[in-house]
Amino acid sequence: MKSVLFILILIASHNLQAQKYFTRTGNIVFSSHAPMEEIEAVNNKATSIFDVQTGAIEWAVLIKAFEFKKALMQTHFNENYMESSKMPKATFKGKIENISTLNLEKDGDYQVNVSGKLTIHGVTREVQTTATFTVKDKQVSAVSELRVLVADYKIEIPKLVRDNIAKEVQINIIAQYEVLS
Amino acid sequence: MRHLHLTILFIYFAFSISAQDEDLLSLLGASPDETDYTIASFKTTRIINLHSIENVAGGVLDVKISHRFGLINGGISELFGIDQATIRIGVDYGLSDRFMIGFGRSSFEKTYDGFLKFKIFRQSTGKNEIPITASLLASTTIKTTPFQNPDRENLFSSRLYYTYQILLGRKFSENLSFQLSPTLVHRNLVKTRSENNNVLALGLGTRIKLNKRTSFNVEYVYALPDQLAPGFRNSLSLGFDIETGGHVFQLHFSNSTSMIEKGFVAETTGNWGDGDIHFGFNISRVFTLKDN
Repeated sequence: MKSVLFILILIASHNLQAQKYFTRTGNIVFSSHAPMEEIEAVNNKATSIFDVQTGAIEWAVLIKAFEFKKALMQTHFNENYMESSKMPKATFKGKIENISTLNLEKDGDYQVNVSGKLTIHGVTREVQTTATFTVKDKQVSAVSELRVLVADYKIEIPKLVRDNIAKEVQINIIAQYEVLS
Repeated sequence: MRHLHLTILFIYFAFSISAQDEDLLSLLGASPDETDYTIASFKTTRIINLHSIENVAGGVLDVKISHRFGLINGGISELFGIDQATIRIGVDYGLSDRFMIGFGRSSFEKTYDGFLKFKIFRQSTGKNEIPITASLLASTTIKTTPFQNPDRENLFSSRLYYTYQILLGRKFSENLSFQLSPTLVHRNLVKTRSENNNVLALGLGTRIKLNKRTSFNVEYVYALPDQLAPGFRNSLSLGFDIETGGHVFQLHFSNSTSMIEKGFVAETTGNWGDGDIHFGFNISRVFTLKDN
């Protein structure tokens, strides 16, 4: 009897530990502000998951799912800059440092620090940023932003268009998480 | 009993540790299967003279300015043909991502041309797998040079030429695209009895990408046997596409003077072997009139 109880407790605690949140409709906006041109692209199909216990967080973003206002820009983005047929995804694998401050049972805004490995265009680099988790009526959402140097990820900007594409692009992230059951 | 507890505990922690290592995203399973349409099989809507399987996107205007210079075998006195040029100025517009229209005016034979091009289906992978892209092209040409024989009764319809083409293309890899274009050119009036009113031909085109922004293109229009009168030849062109943002520069060599189907498919006379080669270029500049 004692054993059964013991195992039950273990299973229960395992389930508790396994509490994870995910989204498949993460919103990523990438924008470049250059003297000659403003470029913005939106992706509503990013996937993310995080583990409440360990703070581990991951993102996967399909490059082809970025939508531009100008069709030709979208083609060039995929073909010339991101080479999305060779490297279809950008990923992030990291950790929410102070996950313990996040109380998903209580409404409120929670500032957290996130750090980890960001892979774009086949190049992996360590990045750090802050994110705000918002809990409201048991709904968990998060916003964050990143600034990324294009050259860091071996994405070449030809001299001819260097006034059209910023050296540093901004990435804004919004996610509405759901409990993974 | 205690041993059993310890064993379970041990297995449990071993499992937990291994669980830490696993890919969190894999817990979500495979992402939903979507159709992934192949893009950028060619840099622009023309291979050289032939239409490619590419369309301009909906709401995009593509202004094309094309030149064919004189014959290279004109020698230094003609600066290898550069002294004379024929020009086509044209605009293409995408009514949707799959349906485009275009108009142009060529100085050669003072011709106006207009066309419709529709993508029937697109090469794709994923949920819907289609190995090729297929398009239809229909074009009409009005030649406005004075009639050869002004004394007889000349009808306006005698100025008209029609071309129908099926474009079948496949992007085999990032660097290699290939296209077949079965073609019918109809001419309401031909100069001599030996020329057919209908000419059947097969266009072949390929693109080899040299780097991200440059490609090498070849196209050959093979007229089926007994379609062309003696003296007319198949059109062969080769050249480079250079893309710089919103512009595409196409620089090429061709034995055809005309830049429209009825001309280069059915009325090419130049012979590569004799050096009857034109240097030429197409410049394409796109303007997005309506956002995606």
